[in-house]
Amino acid sequence: MSKKPTEVKDDEVETTGHVWDGIEEYNNPLPRWWLWTLYATIIWAIGYTIAYPAWPMINGATPGVLGWSSRGDVAAEIVAVDEANAEIESRLAAADLTAISDDTELNTYAINAGAAIFQTWCAQCHGSGAAGAKGYPNLLDDDWLWGGDIQSIHYTISHGVRNEDDEDARFSEMPAFGDDFLEPEQIDQVVHYVLKLSGQESDAVKAGAGAEVFAENCISCHAEDGKGDRDQGAPNLTDAIWLYGGDEETIRETVTLARYGVMPEWATRLSESDINAVATYIHQLGGGE
Amino acid sequence: MGFLDKHKVIEKNATLLMVLSLGVVTIGGAVEIAPLFWLQNTIEDVEGMRPYSPLELTGRDIYVREGCYVCHSQMIRPLRDEVERYGHYSLAAESMYDHPAQWGSKRTGPDLARVGGRYSDKWHLDHLTDPQSVVPVSIMPKYGFLTNKMIEPTYIEDLLKTHRFVGVPYTDDMIINAKADFIAQADPDSDYDDFLVRYPKAQVRNFDNKAGVSEMDALIAYLQMLGTLVDFSTFTPDASR
Repeated sequence: MSKKPTEVKDDEVETTGHVWDGIEEYNNPLPRWWLWTLYATIIWAIGYTIAYPAWPMINGATPGVLGWSSRGDVAAEIVAVDEANAEIESRLAAADLTAISDDTELNTYAINAGAAIFQTWCAQCHGSGAAGAKGYPNLLDDDWLWGGDIQSIHYTISHGVRNEDDEDARFSEMPAFGDDFLEPEQIDQVVHYVLKLSGQESDAVKAGAGAEVFAENCISCHAEDGKGDRDQGAPNLTDAIWLYGGDEETIRETVTLARYGVMPEWATRLSESDINAVATYIHQLGGGE
Repeated sequence: MGFLDKHKVIEKNATLLMVLSLGVVTIGGAVEIAPLFWLQNTIEDVEGMRPYSPLELTGRDIYVREGCYVCHSQMIRPLRDEVERYGHYSLAAESMYDHPAQWGSKRTGPDLARVGGRYSDKWHLDHLTDPQSVVPVSIMPKYGFLTNKMIEPTYIEDLLKTHRFVGVPYTDDMIINAKADFIAQADPDSDYDDFLVRYPKAQVRNFDNKAGVSEMDALIAYLQMLGTLVDFSTFTPDASR
């Protein structure tokens, strides 16, 4: 370690003057570019507060000479997009649903717009791929509860199912047969009959007795052949497609407690063109009639 | 020694540095925060806002307890994509009875400011019990235990009084009837006419489809009213905000 103190040359900057343990501190000035940048930002800030909303006054903040506001911004942006789409949106709103697919331009627009609307509003229940979930119908197949032509789809979307907000909502209610309608033994029998109807393994004796229970209690909605009735939203029991599940336990639960699936009405949330778009989208997913 | 070199005085006196720093922070804070308390236009006039019903308020406390705000915001920003997805941007008035506000700062899940009425009660029940049963890609934890936890309105009057203490306009009538209202909202067979007069637009249903009032009932009652109160047909946004 050198014992000789560092020689200070004349052209070097001065030190702060204090020494600690032989260490001195240079008092270098701030770099010019940094200092001027600092001053520039201060000037910029003053200009900014004049141009944009900033200083709080008695009744509100100063509006700024540019008149900018975040609310005005979003309103203008929405108007711009709406105007750009106004022509095709009005065509879509007024379109005859069954004719949309003949108009390539309109059809493409409707399917793309419908897909976006579906992902925003419908996917939470019906799944992002529209395959549904337990209790929420699959929209990809051709097994429809309330009808699969585009008008029926449009109606279901507009008014929903069993909700309390729309008087025109699709409505039907299966009784909970466990509530004094049927004895547990009868329920057991009809469950086996439904298993037989859907081509699953069943107890022949129980199913035989169940046919009678079915005829007395179920055919007014599910029809004599068990194929259901779309006017009442009564599902077809003869196929392998189940909303809540087709195993013995689930069918027993359904018969005993009934089901009451609710879908909101969308006419108050979506525009007519939006509903037409999403109906077109669902109709072309694969099961449309 | 020019004026700009005088900073040495501050730098060499720790106490003075501290006092002056505090002064700067205080001025900055006061200029940013204080005006919000007296500016007329901080909270706009809207029709339809009312204090939370006893059951909704209880559900809100469960929402806070379970930390829903960690993943869900309740603040729709004035940006086109948010407005298109979630609905009208949030207004200050919509959280004026929130103590504490649930604006949140991070969205792992979607914004919930207007989730009310968007899905059925059954969906909320399914989704809270097992989120992956309806949204397979969801990473939300399961909250099925809420269904099994029955709740009594033991302290509901105190809760309302506490909220009144911090400025929520609960009337004496609301506080006297708090217990009855708490029970009535989850029971569609109850006599709830007076309840609806006290809390317009409140929804009376058996939210979890099970007897009694569970935490699930309270939470779904809260979720189903979120963002449904303000009447946007009578609201004209003031652009200069």
